[in-house]
Amino acid sequence: MRKVAVIGAGMTLFRRRLQETPKELCYEAARMALDSAGLDLNDVDAVVSGSAPDAFDGVHMKGEYFLDGCGGVRKPYMRVFTGGGTGVFSTIAGWWHVASGLADVALVVNEEKMSSCQPHPQSVFAHIWDPILDRPLQPNLIWIFAMEMNRYMTVHKIKKEDIARVAVKNKRNAVAHPCAQLADPDITIEDVLRSEVMAWPVQRLDISPPSDGAAAVVLASEDVVRKRRIKDRAWISGVGWCIDSTMWTDRDLVFPEYVARAAKMAYKMAKIDRPRKQIDFAEPYDPFDYKELHHLEGLLLADKGQAPRLTREGVTARDGDLPVCPSGGLMGVGNPIAATLGIKVGELYWQLTGQAGKRQIPHEVRTGVTQAWGDLMQYGCVVVMRA
Amino acid sequence: MTARRTSWPGTELRADDLVLGRVTSTKFRPDARYAWSAGEAMSRFLEELQRGRLIARTCKGCDRILFPPRMFCELCFRPTDAWTYVLDTGTIETYSISYLDTNAKRISVPILVGVVSLDGASPTMGLMHYFGEMTPEDLRIGMRVKAVWRPPEERRGSVLDLAYFRPLREGEA
Repeated sequence: MRKVAVIGAGMTLFRRRLQETPKELCYEAARMALDSAGLDLNDVDAVVSGSAPDAFDGVHMKGEYFLDGCGGVRKPYMRVFTGGGTGVFSTIAGWWHVASGLADVALVVNEEKMSSCQPHPQSVFAHIWDPILDRPLQPNLIWIFAMEMNRYMTVHKIKKEDIARVAVKNKRNAVAHPCAQLADPDITIEDVLRSEVMAWPVQRLDISPPSDGAAAVVLASEDVVRKRRIKDRAWISGVGWCIDSTMWTDRDLVFPEYVARAAKMAYKMAKIDRPRKQIDFAEPYDPFDYKELHHLEGLLLADKGQAPRLTREGVTARDGDLPVCPSGGLMGVGNPIAATLGIKVGELYWQLTGQAGKRQIPHEVRTGVTQAWGDLMQYGCVVVMRA
Repeated sequence: MTARRTSWPGTELRADDLVLGRVTSTKFRPDARYAWSAGEAMSRFLEELQRGRLIARTCKGCDRILFPPRMFCELCFRPTDAWTYVLDTGTIETYSISYLDTNAKRISVPILVGVVSLDGASPTMGLMHYFGEMTPEDLRIGMRVKAVWRPPEERRGSVLDLAYFRPLREGEA
């Protein structure tokens, strides 16, 4: 396999509603990523796009619908979809295009437009449930997260305030992100604990918002990086992904075993055997505050039930020993599902190339890990990147 | 986002911009209807629900009693072996107290919902369902519960033939 680097990235604003069409959002993010890499569309050998359920945009064949904006016309092109995991997984698909030698340069573009679905995208989330076992109960998607959060809290005896701390950290981190939708410099733990109860133990400020947005990254082979003398590059040193059964009522939700398997796959490739020592910062998937903690444990960066302690002790703060979600994460920047690429893989790239500005981790970081999560609490994908 | 840029694409809309026609837009309301055949395992499962019973499948490969039942084992990747009944009592694995309905509308009387692992099935295997005859304060993980069935004439061959799970009373098996 060939070495692959991220050599450019771009993203749009993340907002509850954007006027631009999916195609226009894709174009803006892709153009920005190409400009930052100093490349043009002619330099791109293959294009990968990522987007979550078609029902949000209301257009099936969504990959084909926004293809023009992704720069995929008359090129090898594919769309990938792994639910919420798409935010990181499309980069893995781009990586295999280049690592295999099939392409020297691959452009990865992710888009999500949740605002088109009226009055609220929640109504189409109903379509992900099993039609026989689950749908007659008229579930709301938040139920399953509430149930997972409750199991995690109860088994490990974790206090609600220790989970709220993650929401506070990420919404404050997001203040330094120019695309952020829900940054809040003044938010407190009490604000989170006093917010509206939606499905106990999930409260309003435990959840990331629905958003519109797009993001893109450019991937290139080592040859391209050398010949073009590209200085701003971060190497993809490990990738992994794994999925568990859709029959989620058959497993203990206390630990995301599928994330741990994906992490082990990525760490093996990256020659990481002591993740806590060898990884300098992390961008785990944080659509809910408890998910950051759950995923830190799945990524083997914290012992089971111990991730809340890391937050409480400041270890995961931007200037801590293991900064987590320095971007502001989904909790602070927003959650346009697949487009979270910009605050996951994108943030690793910007941090590792020293471009993060006010968000830059104050000490030197050389190795970062990012991860996304999706489907019925069953899918995890992991990317390790190095400076 | 890179610190080398000072502007970012995207034009924010307000909540009612589309509704009030302040921006040019178009609308579509899909009319999609579905009918699903339940398949072999789920058909038997639904028939048994109508009789007030919960049924599982055994797998000799992994020695599990699989609930909900399936005709093949996803781990051994072989056909499952036999039908077997499990009990309608079990343990609450997790739960939520929901103030949201299925469309995220706010409701004042919360829905009590959770996952119950069933006695007789392999550990942690169960189903999602409602809880009743208890208050939100009564609910806890590890609580023992028993199914309450709808009257036979009201059953339709659906997971709703089981109305909800209630607390298991002292002395009940």
